[in-house]
Amino acid sequence: MNTLIIISVLPLVLLYLGLYKAQKALLPVTIIGLLLALGCAISQWNDNAVPIYHGMMLFDNFSIMFSGITIVSTILIIFLSRGYFERISNHIAEYYAIILFSLAGIIVMVSFHNLTMLFIGIEIMSVSLYILAGIKKSDFASNEAALKYFLMGAFSTGFLLFGIALIYGSSGSFNLEAISSWVLDHPHVKDITPMFYTGVLLIIVGLCFKVGAAPFHFWTPDVYEGSPTLITAFMSTVVKTAGFAAFLRLFSACFAPLSAFWVPVLLVITVITLFIGNITALYQHSFKRMLAFSSISHAGYLLFAIVALGASSGSSVAVYATAYSIASIIAFGALILVQQQSGSDNFESFNGLSKKNPFLALVVTIAMLSLAGIPLTAGFIGKFFMFSTALKQYQVWLVVLAVVNAIISIFYYFRVIVAMYFRDAERAELTIPVYYKFVLGLSALITILIGVYPDVISKFF
Amino acid sequence: MTVSILIFLPVIAALAVLLFKNDAAKHAALTFSVAELAVALFFLSKFIPNADVQFAIDVPWIAKMGIYFNAGIDGISMMMVLLTTVLVPLIILTTYKHQYKNAGAFYALILFMQAGLLVVFTALDGFLFYVGWEAALIPIYFICSLWGGENRIRITLKFFIYTFSGSLFMLVGIIYLYLQTPSKTYDLFQFYNLALDAHHQVFVFWAFFLAFAIKMPLFPLHTWQPDTYTEAPSAGTMLLSGIMLKMGIYGVIRWMIPNAPLGFFQWQSMTIMLAVIGIGYASIIAFKQNDGKRLVAYSSIAHVGLIAAGIFVWNIEGLQGAMIQMLSHGINVIGMFFIWDIITRRLGTREISSLGGIAKVAPKFAIAFLIIVLGTVALPLTNGFVGEFLLLSSVFQWNIYMVTAAGLTMIFGAVYMLRMYKKVMHGETNALTITFTDISGSETLVLSIICALIIIMGIYPQPILHISEASVTHLFNIVNPKFPQLK
Repeated sequence: MNTLIIISVLPLVLLYLGLYKAQKALLPVTIIGLLLALGCAISQWNDNAVPIYHGMMLFDNFSIMFSGITIVSTILIIFLSRGYFERISNHIAEYYAIILFSLAGIIVMVSFHNLTMLFIGIEIMSVSLYILAGIKKSDFASNEAALKYFLMGAFSTGFLLFGIALIYGSSGSFNLEAISSWVLDHPHVKDITPMFYTGVLLIIVGLCFKVGAAPFHFWTPDVYEGSPTLITAFMSTVVKTAGFAAFLRLFSACFAPLSAFWVPVLLVITVITLFIGNITALYQHSFKRMLAFSSISHAGYLLFAIVALGASSGSSVAVYATAYSIASIIAFGALILVQQQSGSDNFESFNGLSKKNPFLALVVTIAMLSLAGIPLTAGFIGKFFMFSTALKQYQVWLVVLAVVNAIISIFYYFRVIVAMYFRDAERAELTIPVYYKFVLGLSALITILIGVYPDVISKFF
Repeated sequence: MTVSILIFLPVIAALAVLLFKNDAAKHAALTFSVAELAVALFFLSKFIPNADVQFAIDVPWIAKMGIYFNAGIDGISMMMVLLTTVLVPLIILTTYKHQYKNAGAFYALILFMQAGLLVVFTALDGFLFYVGWEAALIPIYFICSLWGGENRIRITLKFFIYTFSGSLFMLVGIIYLYLQTPSKTYDLFQFYNLALDAHHQVFVFWAFFLAFAIKMPLFPLHTWQPDTYTEAPSAGTMLLSGIMLKMGIYGVIRWMIPNAPLGFFQWQSMTIMLAVIGIGYASIIAFKQNDGKRLVAYSSIAHVGLIAAGIFVWNIEGLQGAMIQMLSHGINVIGMFFIWDIITRRLGTREISSLGGIAKVAPKFAIAFLIIVLGTVALPLTNGFVGEFLLLSSVFQWNIYMVTAAGLTMIFGAVYMLRMYKKVMHGETNALTITFTDISGSETLVLSIICALIIIMGIYPQPILHISEASVTHLFNIVNPKFPQLK
């Protein structure tokens, strides 16, 4: 509760700071504010939460867990933003404020207890993101990204809203509990009207758009590539995590008894997502585009938890999303540095990095190993939880297909490692700002720590 | 005293060695690996050769998922621990005349790999086993691709993807077994107690079989091996052939057959067939090789094929033969690769046809080479003989045709090994080989240790066989009642 209030008030404070030209204070205030919000969230852990505001919001452990992950990822990204926005424009307070508005929307998305709040949360988040994607006002790609994202996003929101309306039409309520009990009151398939099923399908379409699952993924590569790298990092980590949290919350609260209806649909989506993401990533020359496609394939792995809905789904998504977010932040952070030096985001611009910047090469290697799911990194623990969850529901073939995809993904993740370590290139040493060193080092450390001793986080979930 | 000392000492050593540069890193790595050997020998001295798991450690790791840091040493593990801890110092010693760039990282990776290998050989928890399995793979990938030959990038990636794909299927198998256990645990002995029906066991069998067959490697999944062995730096080749491929064999003994006996039984003849085909196929290709390192690589496939065949027949002779042969093969193959490393470093070529008459200029080297060749071709009174005899007699109990095929190719193996020796060492000394200087210093030390081991183990193998005997019998008694009928 307090978390949401703090995160909503914080951007206003930042805008005032911007008004009074206190640019130096922006970063510290943002970080302190977010830490405060994080503290508030954690302090409510294991309180017996009840829905508040007439059943609009529910700050239960699930919501705290995902608030925590998204806030921490945002803090890491904000650290990387030091000096980044200044290069784009003079009005940097707005950027911090917009990121935080987006985060406020995300907190609503992971805490909703009413479909209207889900919609409002998604909209708060998305509208902020449309602006962020286009903050490089004079850059063609950035404008293209913003426009594409806006059109596609608005379109998908329409589907979502239509779905919500149909659900309301059949069950008579927006409240998750009411919908859930309506579903339970109609145990026979015939009792539930086709309108309700259509609603479920439209919601799946809307949410798959938001999380970038195939075949609703086609906006991702262009938007991710065109947006400023830091914003791409935010979109592919924090936003994606929130999307899955909302997805999971809705489906486990309301539609779990109907799984026979929607699981086959999602199963197909999952398999397509895995293959499209991985196979397309193989053919990319740009590191950034590769990360965009790999994020599609990771969406596929995350869908496992929803396809194999069960008691452990929440913790699987949480662990996987944490691992994926942290590794992606390293990758994007390194990309920002390399891009600044060479002006290109191709794999070749990483050539010979290990000779001049062994630290940077090492953390990127850890990130790539984690994304590829190699043991002793967090990514492996995430994959392991996902495979376990899926096998529990006897989705053996799904897991076998996922294994095939994990093998494919080795090719493109290792291309970065190969470029950094085994290919030579003339390059000057990169100067890594202290903030970057801190974020990259800390993220690499967390990746290894979770990989070696996952109890540090899995114990809570 | 628990096995955790054995596992974590190399990890600490790896971190420490990272701090050193050049020669200091060599010395530090050697010191640590000898210390590790001392710990292993201390364990051996305390080891009671019965079927019990000793020096066990069992602490919660991811308690919620039923994952424990559960490891211990029984007779079978003891053999593998000895194999690892004896060979790693030898391998480090063989690199003494090399100057590697970033020596600290090189030796740290070797030591880290040792830790992974020891986890594999002592783990009693499925998850821990898998983690060790991959933890051994990552360092060797980097060793091969950072310090390897020209085509290393493509070839090592192929190697990595091959082995990684196999092991992912194994992971699925392990998770599957976990979900079947009543108390939701990864404990190996709980896996043993499962009574799955044959249909599901076939699934588990294939999951494990792919991983282990790729690692050994078993025909037709061996295609990564000769290239990787050729391109890897010689220390990497030794780690791969001496220790790493034993992971696959150990996995079959400890994880595959006991966990899916019925599944294995359905495919038993296929596995034996593949192993024997592998022996013949590798021997024929080895015969045609002109590159010494490749020849040894193919002969290694043949030898491992025989070990695999002996295990797949599944009787006590075969298992005992495999245990001692793994140790012998490790020692011999390291000797072989070291011989070729010495020749390559001195003369800059591995082509057998361009060599000749080295025996005249390097008599000490000639003696060592001869002893290692004799050990490899399993002459009686060398270490290779004991294991090979037991393995062949085990295959004999399966089928007389198989044993004929296997036995004949082993003779064939002796032919090409001795032919290689003759071409390289005898004949006329040419302009190139006249420059060959005899072995000295660390080379002499390594080769004398290897030769001494070959002879001692050949003459008196009983103490080594005794280490694993009780455990092998015990394992056999667990699995055997589960077979529908035995031939």
